[in-house]
Order: sequence, then C-alpha cells, then structure tokens
Amino acid sequence: MRRLTLIAVPYLWLLALFLVPFLIVVKISLSDTALAIPPYTPELDLREGWAGVKEFLAGLDFENFEFLASDDLYWRAYLSSLQIAAISTFLTLLVGYPIAYGMAKAPEHWRPTLLLLVILPFWTSFLIRVYSWMGILATEGYLNQLLISIGIIGEPLTILNTNVAVYIGIVYTYLPFMILPIYSSLERLDGSLLEAAEDLGCSRFSAFWLVTFPLSKAGVIAGSFLVFIPALGEFVIPSLLGGSKTLMIGKVLWEEFFNNRDWPVASAVAVILLLLLIVPIILFQRNEQKQREAEG
Amino acid sequence: MGEKVFAPWTDPNETPLIQFKNVTKRFGEFTAIDNQTFDIYEREFFALLGPSGCGKTTMMRMLAGFEAPSEGTILLGGQDIAPIPPNKRAVNMMFQSYALFPHLSIWENIAFGLKRDGLPKEQIAARVEEMLKLTRLEKFARRKPHQCSGGQRQRVALARSLAKAPKLLLLDEPLGALDAKLRQDTQFELMDIQEKTGTTFVIVTHDQEEAMTVASRVAVMDHGKIIQADTPARIYEMPGSVYVADFIGDVNIIEGRATPAGDGYDIAFAEGEPALHAKSDKKLQAGSTAYLAIRPEKVRISTERPDDLPNVVRGKILDIAYLGNLSTYHVRLPNGQIIKSQTANTRRLSNRPFTWEDEVWLGWTDTAAVLLEG
Amino acid sequence: MRKLTWFNTTALTLGFAFLYLPMVILVVYSFNASKLVTVWGGFSTRWYGELMRNEAFLDAAWVTVKVAVMSSTLATILGTMAAYVLVRAGRFAGRTLFSGMIYAPLVMPEVITGLSLLLLFIGIGMDRGVMTIVLAHTTFAMCYVSVVVSSRLVSFDRSLEEAALDLGCTPFEAFRLVTLPIIAPAVISGWLLAFTLSLDDLVIASFTAGPSATTLPIKIFSAVRLGVSPEINALSTIMIGIVTVGVISASLISKRSMLRQSAEERAADRT
Repeated sequence: MRRLTLIAVPYLWLLALFLVPFLIVVKISLSDTALAIPPYTPELDLREGWAGVKEFLAGLDFENFEFLASDDLYWRAYLSSLQIAAISTFLTLLVGYPIAYGMAKAPEHWRPTLLLLVILPFWTSFLIRVYSWMGILATEGYLNQLLISIGIIGEPLTILNTNVAVYIGIVYTYLPFMILPIYSSLERLDGSLLEAAEDLGCSRFSAFWLVTFPLSKAGVIAGSFLVFIPALGEFVIPSLLGGSKTLMIGKVLWEEFFNNRDWPVASAVAVILLLLLIVPIILFQRNEQKQREAEG
Repeated sequence: MGEKVFAPWTDPNETPLIQFKNVTKRFGEFTAIDNQTFDIYEREFFALLGPSGCGKTTMMRMLAGFEAPSEGTILLGGQDIAPIPPNKRAVNMMFQSYALFPHLSIWENIAFGLKRDGLPKEQIAARVEEMLKLTRLEKFARRKPHQCSGGQRQRVALARSLAKAPKLLLLDEPLGALDAKLRQDTQFELMDIQEKTGTTFVIVTHDQEEAMTVASRVAVMDHGKIIQADTPARIYEMPGSVYVADFIGDVNIIEGRATPAGDGYDIAFAEGEPALHAKSDKKLQAGSTAYLAIRPEKVRISTERPDDLPNVVRGKILDIAYLGNLSTYHVRLPNGQIIKSQTANTRRLSNRPFTWEDEVWLGWTDTAAVLLEG
Repeated sequence: MRKLTWFNTTALTLGFAFLYLPMVILVVYSFNASKLVTVWGGFSTRWYGELMRNEAFLDAAWVTVKVAVMSSTLATILGTMAAYVLVRAGRFAGRTLFSGMIYAPLVMPEVITGLSLLLLFIGIGMDRGVMTIVLAHTTFAMCYVSVVVSSRLVSFDRSLEEAALDLGCTPFEAFRLVTLPIIAPAVISGWLLAFTLSLDDLVIASFTAGPSATTLPIKIFSAVRLGVSPEINALSTIMIGIVTVGVISASLISKRSMLRQSAEERAADRT
C-alpha cells in the first residue's frame, strides 16, 4: 500500500505536468489557427461523446507541418541551429580539452580547487553570464577598446549581434559541461600507460595521440553531447548576443508564440525540434550505457 | 564427572527451535536452496559452512525475513514464520558489513532496537550499559562508528544485535573483516558470549577453521544442499563424502576397488601394490569403486618398513613443506599417486632423518582411513 | 609530485581567465560612476543605491525567491520519492515510462517545456501567476533532484536498511531514521540545485508567468535586451557575490568535515 503511494505521487505528477502537456503540444500542432480564445480549432468536446472525438480527430491534419516545409524560413532556422550547435560544440571541445588536460595533470592537492573553479560558474546565473559578454563585445565595448589602444585594429570590429558572438556565448556558458566529463576520464587514466608508451618508443606527442586521446574519447563524446543538445534549442544566447540574421529554432519558436501568437505553428516547430533532438539523445544514452558497462 | 554432554540433536524428546521443512528457494531460474529439511536446537552454535554461492547466506536471510522460501515452511518455536515481517521477528542479525548506522553513536546504535520496542528510558539505558560491558565497549559509548577500529566495530555490531535478547542470533561472516590474529581472539570471545547469554547462534562462514572452532554443529553446504551436518569432530574424523573430507582440512584420497575382507574392505588401488585394508560397517558391493580418505597426520613416515601397521606403501619424497611446528612430506608412489604425511617437528631441523628424493615407507592403521562410496 | 609543464600552465591560465574575466569586468564596472557603461568614470556605489530604490526589481526579486523556495522544496520531496522508486521499488508496471519521464526533462529544450506547460495551464483554465511558475519549476527541478539523490542511493549500503528492519523498524521508520539522515547531504545538494535552477530560469518562467507575476530573470532579460545597463551590473555583482560566498563556504565546510573524519579514522585504527 505504502509502496503504491510512493510510486503513484511522483508518477502522477510527471504524467500530469510533463507527459500530458507534451501531448497537448502534439495535438495543437495538428490543429488550425483561429481568431479565437484559445486561438486554434478544433477543440475536443467530450460532452458530445464519441461523435465529439470523431469530429475532433477529423479536424486534425498536418497542415502546419506542410506550412513549415513550404516556408524556407523554418528550413533555414533548423539547418542554422544544427550548424551553430555543431560549430560551437567543436569550439568548446578545442577550448575545453586543454583545460581538462591541464587540470588532470595538475598536482593532486590543486585539483579540488580547480574543480571548484570550473563548477562555480555553473551555479552563477546563466543570464548574467551571457549578459557579461554584451559589454565586452559591443562596438564601443571593452574588447574593441583594448584592441584599438594596443594598435592591432584601427576601426572597431562588429562582433555583437553576429553569429560569432553566439559561438562565443555558447562556448563560454557550456564550457563546464565539456570540461567535467573529459577531466574525469583523463583523471582516471593510469600514468604508467604513458610511461609504457614512451618506454616503447613513442615521443610525448605521439603518446598523447596514441594513448591519452583514445582513452579520453568517452569523455569527449559525453561532453560534446552535453553541449550540443542544449545548444540546439538555445534561446537566451541568440536573442541577446545574436543579430536579426541569427536564426535559431528556439528563438523562432519564441517569436511565433509571443509575437505572432500562432500557437499551432509554434507547437509544430516544437515537435520538429524534439524529433531533431531524438537522434543525439539516443546516441548520448548509448555512449553512457557503454561506459557504465565498461566500468561495471 | 556425570556432566551431561550438550547434544540435543541426539535426544528424540527435544523439540527443535528452528525447523526447515522441505524448503526450496529459487531466484528466477537459479535454485539457491534445494528442498532442505533440518533442525536447529535451542542454545546451539550452528555453523553454515560452504564456498560462496552455496546458499548459506540465502538460508540465513530466510531466517531473518529478508527472503521468503519459494516452497516449504520454516518454523521458529513451532510457529510458521513466513507471514512475520523482519521487524516483528524475535530474530536479530549481525551483518557482514556490520551495518552500523554512521550517523549515530555507539550508544545510540545499541539502543536503536530497544527504542523501537518503546521500552522506558531507564530500562533502555540499563540494557545498553549491560551490552557495553559484555562487549567491553564502555569507554567507547560516545564515539561514532568511524571513530572505532575494526575490532571495536565488530563488537558494536554484536552488542546491537544481542541487545533485544533475540531467541535466535544470525551472524553473517562476523569475523570476515578482521585480520588473522584478531580473528582468533574474537572466536573465543564469541563462544564466551554465546555461553553467557544462552542465545542460539547461527553463523555463516566460508572459513572452515572458524566453523570448527566456534560451532557445536557444522553444516557443510554445496549447491543449495546441506551435505553433512554434525559436530566438528565427527565432520573431521568421519566425513560422509569425498566432498566433505576434501573441504574440511587436508586429506589424501585414494580411489580403488573394494572387496569385503574381515571386518571391513580391502581396496585395490594400483597394479603391483598390496591392497589397503580399512575397517568399515558400510555395505558395499564387491568390486565397486570406493575412496579412502586419510588425514596426513595419520600417515606415519619412516626410513624402515614399519612392522606394526596393516597398510604400508613405499615411495620417494617429492616435496617437503616446512611449517615450523609441522612438516608435510609429499611422497610419490610408483603409480604416480601422491600421499601426504604430516609429522610434528619435535627435533631440530638438522636431525631430520630424511630429505628430498629419499625412499621412505608410509603406513597407517586400519581405522585411520575412512571408507567412502563412489 | 608531478610539476606543471608550460603547456598545462598556459592552458589553465588562459582557460580560467576566459571563464572569470567577463565576470570580473562586470563586477568592476558595477562600481563605475559614469552612466556610459563602457567608459570608466571613477568609483561609485551609486548604481547599488538606484537598484535598492527600484521597486520593480525588488518586487521581482521577492517573487523569485518565493517561487524558488516553494518549488525547490516541493521538487526535493517529489524528486527524493522518485529516486527511491527508481532505485528501490524494483519492477512495476510502467517503470520504463517513469524513468523516461525522469530523464527526458533534463534534455528537453526549455522552450518546449515552457510552451507545453503554458498550453496545459490555458487548457485547464488555470490563472497564471506565482502558482503556475512553482508547478513548472517543481516539475523540471524534481528530475534533477532525483538524479542527484538516486546516484547517492545506488551506492547506499542496503544492509543498513535491513539492519533497521531487523531491529524492529517499519519500512517507513527505516527510511526516516536511517536512510534519510545518511543521504541528507545529497538531498540538500538536490535542494540547492533546484533552488538555483529556479532562481536562474528565464524561459520557462516567461511562458508560465502571467501578467500578475514577474520574476527577476524576466525583469533582467527585458532590461538587457535594450543593451548594457549599470543597474543590471550592480544586480549581477550582488548575485555573483552571493553564489560565490555560498559555494565556497559549502565546499570548505564539506572539506573540513572530510578531513576531520579521515583524521578520526586514522586515530581509531591506531588504538
């Protein structure tokens, strides 16, 4: 009896506030826009019984998805989200790997402090961390001031409100997600493996590529997914750092909903975004599973 | 002396405290306990001995109430315990990991079970003090488990499980985490406490020496079955099977064909060797395969052929294991069989009469070997 | 002891400079007297004063803290229950769906979570306000809590619970008297995580907040959309300060108690 209550409470909560809302999104994505409250048809009317359900089902169609497919704004938004997420994941890896490597090679009594320094930004407001770059990257911002004063450039660069600013924002905010899994896979690495490789004739550099890097692959993969998956649906970064030309699907969804009040199209955008995410999520789960099995 | 020997299992009028009746336990496809029926009596110190995975822990967990039998019944004091949940059973358990609550002091750990019974405060305090005294932990009452050494933790676990004065105390590898020296001392302490409290103890162990030392009866288990349950002396001297003979202590096993002769059997074990004679009241078919189990310390080694022994073989010393007080000689017979002989080193090493590659005689009496069926 | 090579030193220096410089600049410029945010006009605490007089910000901050306390507490209770179910309840009908619903919100884009909850609240005719934000935050934060707590439960020695049952506890007493005190650090860090997530959330709050309730992130977002503002710099500095003090003192406390414990263990082994 107690066991049943224990299971039922969180179960019902998640059903009501996670699964049902999601099904509503799917349903509305198949409805038509209407000038009404709520602004879509058909509405399910259970008072009419089975006939009501039938009528409701007949009113659903894939029109919104056809609309998304026909308007190349959405195509470009999806593709550009994928591109921005992929490029910034790669950049995060380039920045994060040396940091994780340096941490793993640091003297043991330093490591807890270094780890704390990586985790600390995670507890700080995401919004504030994105915001901090606005002052740096602006045309009259600190970066341009610095570069002009030391004479590298004559004219200020335009960085804010471009995709470059979005890349910087993603790399900056998601860096801890990349560092932590790589660090944990590098830290577990047995130091004698490298000594063995050097003993067998590897140079330091080739020992890194032949031993260290392959053994940290699981961490690299995990970190990349942890950056790629949330970056794909990102809203705050493109809307604060990106320009009007920066197309990201999270931003499109937001605008469809709040600016155009087109609920069915916003829902359809959400459904497709989710479909887009399923593949990387499944790959990520597989990678985690494989790692657990390797450790278990 | 006239003092009665403690052996309730030989008295048909004695009612057992615990009765296993055709108990089977399955986990999915795996049969952990296979149709077992046996009794444990009050005040016994009963040891379940076997290799890991033999089902001894499952047996104990069924008594504690953490597992229910798939078939059969377990009676405690004549009452079926299947419907009683672990928290209502008059059975307590000492866990292998000790399972001391890390957030509570030693005192609170021992008082934990008493508080659940809702006893008055003074009574709890008195009982805890008694337990602390019994296990010599008075000085450590305020400490937390992590502030105690391994031996102290072991005694806390014992005190905690004894505090509620259970009818039956279960001990899961109670000494497994202690080092060899401490383990020996603790074995005697356990026996002492068991005698003082008069509680029935059931101990699970894979250490045969420990089982032999502490237990009134030892049940040797394998593959979910009790192979033999008897006093340590009888298990050692009169093993019922090759498995038990081999599991407990060191043994020479000689395989051969049995023919009835005199008050026992002659065993022909190799071409050109005389048959070996063993007394036995077993009924074996002539010509059937049989085994002789002989303990190494019962095999006499000498340079001259012994005249007073009915069983004599000749061989060459292959190896000598010097253990200080004892030496074990590995002697190879002409047919290749190796027989071990153990002697006490009563003389200085330099006076030893034989060494590697020496031809020696081995001999034993006709009661030294136990005849076992194939 | 291994020494740092020049490569590792450079990587760490540049890496941590990248992580911390933007925030340092933010903090420094929050004390800028000038209204022009990128031009240094001397030291001043004027923007902190302005911030304290800004009723709208103070109201939003109050709403945010209220929401965060309520939702993180609810999320901790539900998340701990969910973790217990995941780790201990064994098999039951719909277990796969259950664990799916625990893990899915962790990877779900916030825009989708926000949109779907808003559509639900409209669908059932619920007025949007503090309550709806609390419900929304509880739902996604409970998943984080359950991940944190279940990872602790997995490594929990089950014989401790069995010992409690053996000594006469009912299953609920065993949880209350033994399991909960031992997993308390994980439950507390789950609560802190839920609290921070709620304080921090812009997207889901924007969808589920009605006109009657505005949280601090919503307020900040609408302010900074127009550009950098000195008041926001001051506000950010306060928030960064609180987090830094909190995280560092928490880690010092846990480090000290760990050191004490290991010293005591060594002492115990000597006796």
